[in-house]
Amino acid sequence: MATYKLTVNGQPKEVAVDPSTPLLWVLREELDMTGTKYGCGVSACGACTVHVDGVATRSCMLPISLLGNRPVVTIEAMASDPIGRVVQDAWVEKDVVQCGYCQSGQIMSAVALLKATAKPTETNIEESMGGNICRCATYVRIREAIDLASQRLT
Amino acid sequence: MSTATKKQKTQLNRRGFLRVSATAAGGLLVSLYLDRPTAAQEGAGNQRQQPPAKAYPPDAFVHIKPDGKIHITVNRLEFGQGVHTALPMILADEMDADWSQVVSELAPAADIYRDPVFGIQMVGGSGSIAHSYQQYRELGAKTRAMLVAAAAALLNVSADQCRTEASRVYGPAGKSATYAELAGAAALLPVPATVKLKNASEFRLVGKRIKRLDSRPKCDGSLKFGLDLQQPGMKVAVVAHPPVFAARVKDFDDKEASKLAGVRDVFEIPLAKGSGVAVVADKFWTAKQARDLLKINWDATGLDHADSSQLRENYKQLARTEGKVAKTVGDVKSIANTAAANLIVAEYEFPYLPHAPMEPLNTTIRFDGDSAEAWAGSQFQTFDQMAIAQVLGLKPEKVTFHTEMAGGGFGRRAVPDSHVQREAAVIAKRFRGTPVKLIWTREDDIRGGYYRPMHAHRVEVAIGADGFPSAWRHVIVGQSIMAGTPFAMMMKDGIDPTTVEGVADTNYNLPNLHVSVHNPTINVPVLWWRSVGNTHTAYVMETLIEELAARAKMDPIAYRRKLLKPDAKKLRAALDLMDTKSAVWRRRLPAGHAVGFALHEAFGTGVACAVDVSIKNDRPKIHRVTIALDCGVAVNPLTIESQFQAGVGFGLSQLMAKGEITLKEGRVEQRNFDGYVPPYIMDAPVTVDVHIVPSAEAPTGCGEPPVPVISPAVVNALTKLTGKAYRSLPLVDV
Repeated sequence: MATYKLTVNGQPKEVAVDPSTPLLWVLREELDMTGTKYGCGVSACGACTVHVDGVATRSCMLPISLLGNRPVVTIEAMASDPIGRVVQDAWVEKDVVQCGYCQSGQIMSAVALLKATAKPTETNIEESMGGNICRCATYVRIREAIDLASQRLT
Repeated sequence: MSTATKKQKTQLNRRGFLRVSATAAGGLLVSLYLDRPTAAQEGAGNQRQQPPAKAYPPDAFVHIKPDGKIHITVNRLEFGQGVHTALPMILADEMDADWSQVVSELAPAADIYRDPVFGIQMVGGSGSIAHSYQQYRELGAKTRAMLVAAAAALLNVSADQCRTEASRVYGPAGKSATYAELAGAAALLPVPATVKLKNASEFRLVGKRIKRLDSRPKCDGSLKFGLDLQQPGMKVAVVAHPPVFAARVKDFDDKEASKLAGVRDVFEIPLAKGSGVAVVADKFWTAKQARDLLKINWDATGLDHADSSQLRENYKQLARTEGKVAKTVGDVKSIANTAAANLIVAEYEFPYLPHAPMEPLNTTIRFDGDSAEAWAGSQFQTFDQMAIAQVLGLKPEKVTFHTEMAGGGFGRRAVPDSHVQREAAVIAKRFRGTPVKLIWTREDDIRGGYYRPMHAHRVEVAIGADGFPSAWRHVIVGQSIMAGTPFAMMMKDGIDPTTVEGVADTNYNLPNLHVSVHNPTINVPVLWWRSVGNTHTAYVMETLIEELAARAKMDPIAYRRKLLKPDAKKLRAALDLMDTKSAVWRRRLPAGHAVGFALHEAFGTGVACAVDVSIKNDRPKIHRVTIALDCGVAVNPLTIESQFQAGVGFGLSQLMAKGEITLKEGRVEQRNFDGYVPPYIMDAPVTVDVHIVPSAEAPTGCGEPPVPVISPAVVNALTKLTGKAYRSLPLVDV
């Protein structure tokens, strides 16, 4: 056990956990922020995607001991993020979700993409979203929602 | 109105009765009591008897709150298919409720929420709307009738002078009252025995593109799935499962595991078959780490060690012999005398497939001695509640069973042996008073069995002078899904209908058809995988039909149209619509692209599909899919469009290069999404346009019917590009 200070969605937090504990489980079990999802635990599905220092990151394989002082932003902060809100609205307007379990991660990847590239090409989308599995395979509408958000942001 | 709907209606009239009551807090509660203990008792001579009243939740289906909110309860699981929106739409439409005030809730396990056709509470067979359409319409109409009667009394007018709209009853001369105002008085009125349902032209919600009610909370992280559940004092459990199915723990060493801070207990538990070692800890990460430190010796002596490559060879040989006969039409003797030039002999192979829903399997249970509370995303509430009760030594009604929103399922949460719930109950029993959440890790899920069975098909088709099949002999090999489960009662003459659906009931006119089946017993648990038998039967049928059309040098659409049975109305309508809607892009295919087709009816819905495919990096690149379907009344065309757009993407799981589960010496070779790889965004079609045949027929399924058509359509296009036949899945080499 060790004590770690971290910043999540702008708020300072402190947790006492085993150093190997992945950021995902710190968020879910220590901070009760369950919007970030467990899907595979091996960075293969993207359900756990958060932003670490602004970079889309799989939180399931990032031990808390390696986080350092980099700020963490999760799905729970997207409604108050100017780009995050536009992306969420586009998701709702395009009726993207089905089971919805992967969509926190999809939205976090999409927001990171649109923050870096306001007008993404098909290739940009496939590169940025290419690590996020949607088992329902709502991919057609995910593309449409990204296009819609992009139009509104540019 | 179809026969099924008439039958359902009769059942509702005969057996259903409404009870309403005022609540302490005000408002109207409406319950429709449907006393149908099991489907089997139907026709057992007890129809004349009014079933005894039971203590159901008082607000079983509709709860009008004083603030005008109308809570509508959904009698089944929501796991992506959209019934959490569509069933309330149906009820709210007949009730003329203000849609913006409707709140949708998932029902707990209770008899009243049993599927009106299956007789148990469940989601399966794409039956959510098909089975509950009439039920929810009548609930809405009866509720409305009582509110109108209350308004008539209040306004001192006759009921037929009143009309309703947006949760308000309007009388003559501008008088009106809201449903919330009327609820208390309506609750005291008798329930009408019969009600008039709306004409289709009067629908305000049914048939409209209504957005999902669960979108926003699924986009902002606030929606709680079963895995997200937190309870005071809750512990988390993981289980070390045997490496060979049904193996038992010989002994284990938990010295290192138990040293970890936060580990509460490590103990052997019985599994549905064999045994395992449970680790209970304060947190998931601790439990998982502790499990990794266990040293377990397993006893797998005497157990079948399944091996995929051996099975493939065995199945191939078996398919060359006749099995149990599932269907005979005419006779197929002529095949023996057919010249090789007029004969197709095709042998197909299909692997085991995992469902791999995004939310890993989980169940939370708190055992309180004389009662228990459980939380699970379940497709089979009735069975899962019974299983928990059995393990805990309770009556089922002593187990309060909450249906949690589930992150996908595709059949994986419809498990006849309730193995996850049994594990959770065994663990919870040891932790009396403490809620314990059992989590199956992704590795547990991928390696844990309950797969779509592996199959082999062997088909011999004699081709007549007109280019159409003159005789068709079909042998299917694969484990039975129903045998040994409560669903075995649906098997006739030893034939599991889920093995042969899509072939034995083909909608093509095959004058001489012989279908037989081998159901070997293998030590690998199997289960229904979205669209079940149609996953492999449609692939075989539709690749062969396209091959036959090519041999006959006929247009594949015209060929199918000619071969369809005259009564295959839905397929014909879907085929015609797909033909029309894809005609323009099919004429303008770029070089290096080809079009492939497939046509298949499943769960009452006819589906036709055209795909535009090229080859990129040695993989199929799907540029466009046009789907046409006939599902009867389209309750929510937006959800249906979405189900089909995404359902074809799910169906492409079958074509992924690493889209299979293999076993070597009894051990599953894949562990996670790195070994079993489902479709990612670049594997899915960029555009899927969906067209619905206008219909006034009773609604049929939309969850599973998208899946069967896509794989054969894609490989039919590939065949045009490469000249190869694709008879073995997954699609490793293009």
